[in-house]
Amino acid sequence: MTETVIEAKGLDLTFETNDGPVHALQDVDLTIKKGEFVSFIGPSGCGKTTFLRVLADLEQPTGGTVTVNGMSPSEARKNRAYGYVFQAAGLYPWRTIAGNIRLPLEIMGIPKAEQAERVRKVLELVHLEGFEKKFPWQLSGGMQQRASIARALSFDADILLMDEPFGALDEIVRDHLNEQLLELWAATNKTIAFVTHSIPEAVYLSTKIVIMSPRPGRVTEIIESTLPKERPLDIRESPEFLEIAHRVREGLRAGHNDA
Amino acid sequence: MRKIWHNVFPVLVVVTAIMVLWYAFSVVLNKNWAYDKSTRGGYELSFSELVADTWTQKKPHLPTPDQIVVEIWKTTVEKKVTSVRSLVRHGWITLSATLLGFVFGTCFGIILAVGIVYNKAMNNSVMPWVIASQTIPILALAPMIILLLNAGGITGIVPKASIAAYLSFFPVVVGMVKGLRSPEAMMVDQIHTWSANKMQTFWKLRLPSSVPYLFPSLKVGIAASLVGAIVAELTLSQDGGLGARILQANYVGATMLIWSALIVAAALAATLVALMGLADRIVSKRMGFSR
Repeated sequence: MTETVIEAKGLDLTFETNDGPVHALQDVDLTIKKGEFVSFIGPSGCGKTTFLRVLADLEQPTGGTVTVNGMSPSEARKNRAYGYVFQAAGLYPWRTIAGNIRLPLEIMGIPKAEQAERVRKVLELVHLEGFEKKFPWQLSGGMQQRASIARALSFDADILLMDEPFGALDEIVRDHLNEQLLELWAATNKTIAFVTHSIPEAVYLSTKIVIMSPRPGRVTEIIESTLPKERPLDIRESPEFLEIAHRVREGLRAGHNDA
Repeated sequence: MRKIWHNVFPVLVVVTAIMVLWYAFSVVLNKNWAYDKSTRGGYELSFSELVADTWTQKKPHLPTPDQIVVEIWKTTVEKKVTSVRSLVRHGWITLSATLLGFVFGTCFGIILAVGIVYNKAMNNSVMPWVIASQTIPILALAPMIILLLNAGGITGIVPKASIAAYLSFFPVVVGMVKGLRSPEAMMVDQIHTWSANKMQTFWKLRLPSSVPYLFPSLKVGIAASLVGAIVAELTLSQDGGLGARILQANYVGATMLIWSALIVAAALAATLVALMGLADRIVSKRMGFSR
C-alpha cells in the first residue's frame, strides 16, 4: 500500500489567452499511492480537471514535474497506465456497446479472441451483461456511463482517472453508481483519481480528499478520510461522515475567502 | 390509413392546383394560333371549341400534361431503344455520364476534404478556390473544358462526366469537411488517451462521424451531376442525351419534345435523389444512427 503511483512536485500550468495568462495550476505538490481513491473538489476554475488532464498527457505543464507510475505522462499513456472517464460517456453512436468497449483494444492491437474475453469481463464488472449488441441510444444515461467506465477498464490499466463522470446524472442514479464504483474499486484494487463538485460524493468515495481553490488553481488542503473501506450507503448519515463533510466544506470556504 | 391520407392529401391539392393552372395557361398561350386558324378559315370559335383547339394543337406554345404524357409514352415505350428518337436511349446516355461524373466528383470531393482537414496549408488555400469554382457559370465553362479535353485526346463520355463531376464535388467537399471535423474535442482527447495514431483516428473516429454529413451532400451532388451532364450535352450534342434532345427540339420549336425531355430529366433526378435517400436510410440504420 505504500507504492507511489502519481507524484506531482511544484506543478505549474499557465494558459496563454487573449486576456493574458491564466494560472490554471500553481505549485501543486501531491502524492497518490497505489490503491488510493483520491477525490479532487473545488469550485470551477480551480484546476481539478486540468490536473487530471496533465496526468493523462492532454495538457502540458509549464513548470514542475509529474510522474505516473514513475514515468512521464506521455510514456504512461503509451504504456496504457490509465483509463480516462470523461463527464460525457462519449460512446460512438455507430458502435454497439461491445464494439465501443472493443475500440481501445482494437487501437492497441490486442488479438480478437482476447478482445471478446475482456469485453465480457468488464461488462460483468459494471453489471451490463446482455447489453453487448445494444446501441448506446438504447441505454439510459447511467448505463451509458457504466459502459464508458467498462471501456476505460478494458485494457486493464491500474489507474482510473475520472472527470466528473456522474456530473450529468440525477441523484438516484448517482448514488447507485457511487455504490457500484466502490464495489468495483474494492474488486480491482485500482488507483482512482476522481474529480467532483459534490461534497457527499467526495466524502463517500474517497480515502483522500484534495481541496482546491481557483485563481491561481492550487491545492489548499488534503483531508485523509477515516471512514472504513467497507461503506454502505447509510454511512452517509453517520457522525463520522458528517464530520469529514464539515471539514471539506470549511476547507472549501477558507479557500474561497482568500481567493 | 388515416395517416397515409394525411400525407397524400396535401400533395394531391398541390398537384391539382398545378394541373388547373397548367391547362388554363395552355388555353391562354395557345389561343392566338387557334384564332389565326379561325380567321384564315373564316369561321367563328365558340369558347368550348377554342379550349378544345388549344389543348390539341400539334405545335403548341405550351403543350398540355396529357399531350406530354402521350409524347413520353410514344418516345419511351413505343420506340425501340436503338432509335435516335427514343428517350430511353437518350436518358441512358445522360444517366451514364451522370453516374460516372458523380463517382468522380464524390471521390475528388472526399480526397479534397481530407486534405483540407489534415493539412493546414490546404485548409487556407484550397477552400476559396473551391468556392470560386462554383461561382463561374457552368454554361460558359463547359464548352471550354470539353474543348481542352478534346484537344488532349479525351473524348466520349469522360468530358461529359468531368462537367458532371465539376458540379457534384462541391457539396461533397463542404459536407465532408464539416463531417470530418464533427467529433467533439472530448472524443478526440479520448482516442488520444488510447494512443491512437492519425490513421486510426481517421478510420475509427473521423470517417464514421462524417457519414451523417456525407449523405445530404450526395443527394445534392447527384442532382447537380445530372445538371452537369445535361449542360455538357448541349456542347456535345452529336453524342445524344437528354440535353442534346432539348437543344435539337429548341431549334425546330418542338415544344412537346422539349417538355417530354425535361420531364424525363426531372424524373431521373428525382429517382436518383430518392435512391440516395434510400441508401442513407439503410446505412444510418446499420450504423445505429436512426432509431
